[in-house]
Amino acid sequence: MSPKIKEKQKPLLEVVNLKKYYPIKKGIISKTVGHVKAVDGISFSVYPGETMGLVGESGCGKSTTGRSIVRLDDPTDGDVIFQNKNLANLSKNEMRKLRTDLQIIFQDPYSSLNPRKRIGDLLAEPLRAHKLAEGEEIERKVNNILEIVGLTKYHKSRYPHEFSGGQRQRIGIARALILNPKLIICDEPVSALDVSIQAQVLNLLKDLQKEFNLTYVFIAHGLGAVKYISDRITVMYLGKIVEIAPTEEIFNQPRHPYTKILLSAYPVPNPHMRNREQIVVEGDVPSPANPPKGCAFHTRCPFAQPICREKTPPLDGENHQVACHFPLT
Amino acid sequence: MFQYIIRRILIAIPVLFGVTVFTFFVINMAPGNPVDMYVNPSATPQQIALAKEQLGLNDPLWVQYGHWLGQLFQGNLGFSYSTREPVTSMLIERLGPTLLLMGTSLIVAYLIAIPLGILSATRQYSWIDYLTTGFSFLGVSIPHFFLGLGAIYIFASKLELLPTGGMNTLGGTTGFGDTFFHMILPVLVLATGIAGNMVRYVRSSMIDVLGKDYLRTARAKGLRNFIVTNKHALRNALIPIITIIGMDIPLLIGGAVVTEQVFQWPGLGQLTIQSIGSRDYSALMALNLIAAIAVLVSNLLTDVVYSIVDPRIKYE
Amino acid sequence: MANLLDVNNLQTVFRTDKGEVTSVDEVSFSLKEGETLGIVGESGCGKSVTSLSIMRLLGKGGRVKHGSVKFKDRELTNLSEQEMRNIRGNDISMIFQEPMTSLNPLLTIGNQLMEGIRLHLKLSKKQAKLYAIDMLKKVGIPRAEAIINEYPHALSGGMRQRVMIAMALSCKPNLILADEPTTALDVTIQAQILKLMKKLKNELNTAIILITHDLGVVAEMADKVIVMYAGQVVEEADVYTLFDSPKHPYTKGLIKSIPHLDNDSSERLDSIPGTVPTLQHMPKGCRFHTRCPFATERCINEKPDLLQLKENESHSVRCFLYDSEQLDKDVREEVNS
Repeated sequence: MSPKIKEKQKPLLEVVNLKKYYPIKKGIISKTVGHVKAVDGISFSVYPGETMGLVGESGCGKSTTGRSIVRLDDPTDGDVIFQNKNLANLSKNEMRKLRTDLQIIFQDPYSSLNPRKRIGDLLAEPLRAHKLAEGEEIERKVNNILEIVGLTKYHKSRYPHEFSGGQRQRIGIARALILNPKLIICDEPVSALDVSIQAQVLNLLKDLQKEFNLTYVFIAHGLGAVKYISDRITVMYLGKIVEIAPTEEIFNQPRHPYTKILLSAYPVPNPHMRNREQIVVEGDVPSPANPPKGCAFHTRCPFAQPICREKTPPLDGENHQVACHFPLT
Repeated sequence: MFQYIIRRILIAIPVLFGVTVFTFFVINMAPGNPVDMYVNPSATPQQIALAKEQLGLNDPLWVQYGHWLGQLFQGNLGFSYSTREPVTSMLIERLGPTLLLMGTSLIVAYLIAIPLGILSATRQYSWIDYLTTGFSFLGVSIPHFFLGLGAIYIFASKLELLPTGGMNTLGGTTGFGDTFFHMILPVLVLATGIAGNMVRYVRSSMIDVLGKDYLRTARAKGLRNFIVTNKHALRNALIPIITIIGMDIPLLIGGAVVTEQVFQWPGLGQLTIQSIGSRDYSALMALNLIAAIAVLVSNLLTDVVYSIVDPRIKYE
Repeated sequence: MANLLDVNNLQTVFRTDKGEVTSVDEVSFSLKEGETLGIVGESGCGKSVTSLSIMRLLGKGGRVKHGSVKFKDRELTNLSEQEMRNIRGNDISMIFQEPMTSLNPLLTIGNQLMEGIRLHLKLSKKQAKLYAIDMLKKVGIPRAEAIINEYPHALSGGMRQRVMIAMALSCKPNLILADEPTTALDVTIQAQILKLMKKLKNELNTAIILITHDLGVVAEMADKVIVMYAGQVVEEADVYTLFDSPKHPYTKGLIKSIPHLDNDSSERLDSIPGTVPTLQHMPKGCRFHTRCPFATERCINEKPDLLQLKENESHSVRCFLYDSEQLDKDVREEVNS
């Protein structure tokens, strides 16, 4: 368990056996003949003040997980328990209230910012919608939040298109932050940004976490960023969790072959290491509409045994959980 | 694919049913009725009442509709209230001229519009482009009756080069040459409008495709510009155009009401106007039914053609 | 050995509504046969425009205004369009970033692959098809005989990028311009493609210009690196020198701002403040001075030249910090001429 998590602390967010299936329809009467299992029964907990990194390749279900947690997508099955409340059982009104505590920021903030509204109005909007402030209070809060994310109050009268990618992401962060949330789902917040700008935004997220005691679920495919910001990391493959462990352990002693391969595939910005031992797996990620039987990774796993083709390995372990019949040591 | 077509046809049946119900009741809501329109002004009220009774016009609307629908299922579209002719034979008589006129106009329009649209797109912001977009705008915005009357005034009245209307010279030869002669002006008017619209679609679709990554790939292979434009770009650009063509096809059947009227062309469009004037319920119902079928069939055709042309689209 | 490619003082401009903007300026570099040159920089730094300038595929409104591009002793900027077409896809070919959009969706893989083969190698349709199948096998595509009749949408991103590579290699070019070839791919697929590119490059001795924003990819692949900022080359060195002792403040900032897998995550990341200037509002003097922690009065007013370092002649930097004390006057004149 990471140092930030105290013994016997209650999780802020619990995801229990979450499933999100999309039906595949066929035939004259559009009969459902199968499902794309975007997220297929995953469970994990996030503790107050920590950052849970969620990594995996495209199609592994990491973004769907994030969207299901904040109920942008309705899960097919399973529970999301936030602050001891099961989100599935909440009324619309209760959910609305809870939303101020549960925010999400996206990869491309531009598409989530109304292009015809000024930044000042965009930031005031959530405050008005949730009736959290009025009149001058709004003005003060907006000015304050702009300063916190590294912009100035003079930016208020500008429109989204007048900002660069990094600045827009700052606006996206400000919009989530202004409601004073407890948990922020960060869905690939730096993937679309230039390297030098990524660092700025990552630093900002880290500073804000310290200052406001925020909890993050940080979704990304770039391992560097995830390592930098996360306390613990969840690795996903084809809609399932293959490994959950504290960041240092994931990087130093990965136990699932997929995690190890993912780490090894990452190009290292050091030319002296170019001839290192590297495991390159052949083949593509199978389609989530038709995932392999048994362990989903067995089709590409260099260590696969007969049992891997038959039985799905459960996610096992205490602090370091792994779903593999033959975990690495 | 086959399943998909069956499903679409099954969906079409209630749609058609709805269309006939709707039109039937709307037509009957219009003031007047067939008897009022065609009876001799000297007829006595008793005679009129008797005529109405005989035609079944005094029955409740839903009974009348049921009667019409029952006849339809037996393949009978009824008799015209005004001419007493079977509606089916009226339609067949009118369909030929309309198909001839509209088919020619569509073909002429596309032959002009597609190359012009491509030229305009590949030379974006050149004088050719400005000229083409200018003319296409005019073509779309000038009303058909105005263009038609203008054309008649110039080519028929002043220059006396072409006939003012009709399909054949009265009492003259009825050969194809004569018909062709009569078609020139209405085709000119109709094609102007269709082409004007089409040029703009082809141009914008082509401009869109010309900016695609795969065209850069094609150029990077060392292909000639001609091949890049006509093999790689054109096919992709024409895909959205299929929709536009699909929307034009119902016009082909429905007839060009205004243009046929202006040029006295004996087609379905003209028949529509006449039938409205005489409150000829059975003819109007049949015309509406044909138009609705045309729309549904061409929609289905559009989708089928899409799946043939574009390998990314598969219906199941 | 003579250079395969010599780019000298290249300037590329684009016509816009607000007048002409310079996208690439004073860019010079050279490449030997079989060598891999990495071009690194952030979006808008002109790295893609540089490669499109070499190919003369700038599109409407773009043109090479100054400078020369010499390929195998031929001046590409002076060639006729016909001569240039004989070079494209034949002597120099390209691989693009988006495998999803770089293939024509309406033509089969075989059709698109055979086009270039038939054009440049003058093969018959039958021969071209066999050749194309052979190329697909070479880039590791399973069931090549079947795939050749497939449309692009039936293939995954990694497979499409393999097709692009097969297409680029089919006429045995001397030079490949690879513009972010793995950026759109997943990490494990990226590793596959990079491995494939390394292997084929060694087999065919093709020179590669690898354009990327990912310093990791450069470190894995390149022999030599140029770093571009705001349309200019700010540093040039062999790959080891560049990562071991970067000189330009921008290069240093870039290397420090990537979160490494092996550094401590409790450390703060170094970041470069501010944003890349736009083409319309290029700063006077050194283009990096608005973001540079070492900027002086001189940087604001004077334009630095790309100068060779005295201690290592293959290492050049566009920065006043390494100016007077480290450089010979003679060298400077030579570079400027």
